[in-house]
Amino acid sequence: MMLEMLQSPFMQRALLAALLVGITAPAVGIYLVQRRQALMGDGIGHVAMTGVGLGFLMSANPIWMATLVSVLGAVTMELIRTYGRTRGDIALAMLFYGGMAGGVLLIELSGTGTTANLTTYLFGSLSTVSDGDLVAILLLAAFVVLVSLGLRRQLFAVSQDEEFARVTGLPVRALNLLVAVTAAVTVSVAMRVVGLLLVSALMVVPVAAAQQLTRSFRATYALSVGIGVVVALAGTTTSYYQDVPPGATIVMLAIAAFIALTALAAPLARRRARAAEAATAEAACGTAPGNGRPPADDVKV
Amino acid sequence: MNTEQVISVQGARAVLGSRPVLRGVDLTVRRGEVVALLGANGSGKSTAVRSVIGQVPLTEGRIELFGTELRRFRRWQRLGYVPQRTTAASGVPATVREVVAAGRLARSRFGLPSRGDREAVRRAIGLVGLADRAGDSVSALSGGQHQRVLIARALASEPELLIMDEPMAGVDLASQEVLAGTLREQVAAGTSVLLVLHELGPLEPLIDRAVVLREGCVVHDGPPPEAVGQHALPGHDHVHPHAADEPLRTGLLT
Repeated sequence: MMLEMLQSPFMQRALLAALLVGITAPAVGIYLVQRRQALMGDGIGHVAMTGVGLGFLMSANPIWMATLVSVLGAVTMELIRTYGRTRGDIALAMLFYGGMAGGVLLIELSGTGTTANLTTYLFGSLSTVSDGDLVAILLLAAFVVLVSLGLRRQLFAVSQDEEFARVTGLPVRALNLLVAVTAAVTVSVAMRVVGLLLVSALMVVPVAAAQQLTRSFRATYALSVGIGVVVALAGTTTSYYQDVPPGATIVMLAIAAFIALTALAAPLARRRARAAEAATAEAACGTAPGNGRPPADDVKV
Repeated sequence: MNTEQVISVQGARAVLGSRPVLRGVDLTVRRGEVVALLGANGSGKSTAVRSVIGQVPLTEGRIELFGTELRRFRRWQRLGYVPQRTTAASGVPATVREVVAAGRLARSRFGLPSRGDREAVRRAIGLVGLADRAGDSVSALSGGQHQRVLIARALASEPELLIMDEPMAGVDLASQEVLAGTLREQVAAGTSVLLVLHELGPLEPLIDRAVVLREGCVVHDGPPPEAVGQHALPGHDHVHPHAADEPLRTGLLT
């Protein structure tokens, strides 16, 4: 039965696409989570809907149109974040909902697409991943991996502490824009499999799940990509046997992974806390090493 | 003393929103000098240092770093910056080593880190006394240890000039001692320092000169002042820093 699934060409395409989504979404998401912009992927997903609509209207491949529009949207968001004054959140809201409304309007105008068609882009669909889509996904995923892995030290520094990074002489503005563009590209990569409305979950949830166990950025990166790949492949397989949208299945699996790792982490954290307590308990108050003050608090003013 | 100026600020004016925060500030730090920038909250001390590193644009005036105009200054590895932060952590776990290594990017930039880079990171962590915590997550550290991580990050590029914004804020006594010791070694090795302080505290013996700001103007530039608030009194014993602030216990309410 498994073999039968692997032999069907549309499932081969779907699984390959799922694998690439599982790798790229957390690999970009980790930087968004690090800079506390976990919902940026969601915003880009909304904007990308206009791209899908444009694709239908102009009879172009929706993936490339979505990439184009979401890159523009992400760059605009980043510019609003950098230069925006107090009303930045309003501008972002306009961008999100304008993108969504634009997508629905354009797809209805196109005549070739319907809202039913749009649903496959919103929540993902296995049977619709074409050869052309797969080429687009492969190229875009290669770009994402190259950026996310190749510039991990620089992107870590910028996402960790932007002000400090600027004083080290790194081109912070360019790196910020690169993160925004890479996130937008990832949305297009994931669109076919997970769907635009659930893309953000696959960027954020595996990272959140991984950091229940990890102590370093490196381990969080590796584990979240691992979780991403497992849930993407498992979700795709599930949706082959049960007729459910892959995006929803993948996201539910990711959340299950988060819950499982959180439950697993609780006793681990307790053990670590106990070890730390044991270390400090040996040195009683006032005699702690490195704390050379006399036990008596003789106050002199 | 060497008269080469590592920081030179002339007639700096800056506004935040529509409020003038700096109203013609002059500030110099010569090579090997330790200068403290003092003043009450809102006096413009943080804005002054942030303008020195190019984070706050001036509306008027001129800033030079190592004799180069700020706009054309590129050799950021000569400068170590400690921002005003209470935490070294972000949204994703990171170890002490990973955070400190970010400071080394001032030298390695887009190249692969060499053995020398890794060695410098290790040395910087050792300087602040966290060698045994290098592999720990920064979120497991105390407030004072966070500050030590931020200082190690600034030291990782082996800078000639340290700029620190309130390095002692929220730092426990044990860490204050470590930090003062680290700074003493750096100064002995010839590093110049500009630091924003709320009170002189345990760093007092290191400080060559104090610049006091009030409402965006320099009101004192010279030897550390006699009194800039209770805690800045020379000889004020910091054994128990909060004793002087505590209300008298009358027994009526306690």
